Amino acid sequence: MSLLNYTLRIADSSLISGQRLAEWCSNAHTLEEDIALSNIALDLFGQANILLEYASDLDGKKTADDFAFKRNEREFFNLKLTEQPNGHFGDTIVKLFLFSSFNFLFYNKLSQSKNENLSAFAFKSLKEVKYHLKHSKSWIVRLGDGTKESNKKVQESLNSMWEFTGEFFEMDEIDIELNKKGIGVNNKSLKEDWNNIINTTILESKLKRPEDGYMQTGSKNGLHTEHLGHLLSEMQYLQRAYPNAKW
Amino acid sequence: MQNGNTEKIWELLNTVPDPEIPVISVVELGVIRNVEYINKTYLISITPTYSGCPAVKTFQDDIKICLSENGIDNFEIKLVYSPAWTTDWMSNSTKEKLTKYGISPPSDKIICPQCKSTSTSLVSEFSSTACKSFHKCNECLEPFEHFKCI
Repeated sequence: MSLLNYTLRIADSSLISGQRLAEWCSNAHTLEEDIALSNIALDLFGQANILLEYASDLDGKKTADDFAFKRNEREFFNLKLTEQPNGHFGDTIVKLFLFSSFNFLFYNKLSQSKNENLSAFAFKSLKEVKYHLKHSKSWIVRLGDGTKESNKKVQESLNSMWEFTGEFFEMDEIDIELNKKGIGVNNKSLKEDWNNIINTTILESKLKRPEDGYMQTGSKNGLHTEHLGHLLSEMQYLQRAYPNAKW
Repeated sequence: MQNGNTEKIWELLNTVPDPEIPVISVVELGVIRNVEYINKTYLISITPTYSGCPAVKTFQDDIKICLSENGIDNFEIKLVYSPAWTTDWMSNSTKEKLTKYGISPPSDKIICPQCKSTSTSLVSEFSSTACKSFHKCNECLEPFEHFKCI
């Protein structure tokens, strides 16, 4: 049960992040960026699919599609950061950068998991996430060290997303149990390396690191911001309107 | 054909083209990891290039059609994720085929597939598929795709 829950947490963050990025399809400011964001979304959907298939094996009853399309908000365990609305391009890039920098470190550790499914998944995903990090970081630098206006906007994005980064390093009883068994990652141990990535990028992009203040929490227990429900109503529309439809 | 000749299966798989780059086969792409004969069934292990590669479903179907057309129905296709796919599995002859097709093959040095110039610039880190980036040749000015090294 703990392993299923742990697997869903990782899968859900990829799935919801992918769904948000897919909203950019045909809306980005250049064709190249439109394709970039859609390609990253595709990687994230693929990663979610690998884990939801594994969750389906662990569960024994539900299929991967059941997990994606037939759960309600309280049954999703994605990081709250991933469900935040896209906002303007700077908001999206800041979200992607924060998420990718965390995942880069998280998958690096998870690839050493004693659980073969999770380690194979993490090793494969790491290759993709490295690229997402490179892409989003290059935009943070370009926008931060760009014009006065772009710097101001991306700084505001960073300030408003900062409260969602506390969840990256939380450890609840499931995390502690699986970390002891050599299956899960000690998220607290990632903080130092994450700070290094963030501080280096912030320095390079002439931004200011936001002060740590109130930090959002709760997604590990299925508590979310109101935005997740709206996202699900769109993502799950077809299965809700035409239950068990197949194509 | 039910005699456990895995060589023959490899030969047939080598005739299945990659759905997005039809000049190379799924074997040359490196996505066929293993062919075994267990309990009178051929077990074909395949791995995706990228987690979300939409071609995976297509080439699974293409493999099924190819084997069925050759009278083989005792097979199963299994998706494996470890070891993770890498462009290192591509042979030099496969890379040559990509170049002829107009795609710069995976390599540290990016070479224009048209005029072979090494003076190129990156247009976008992402291109028509997840496995490629988009570049421009500074000599002949032709745009081209590059197979990313992963």
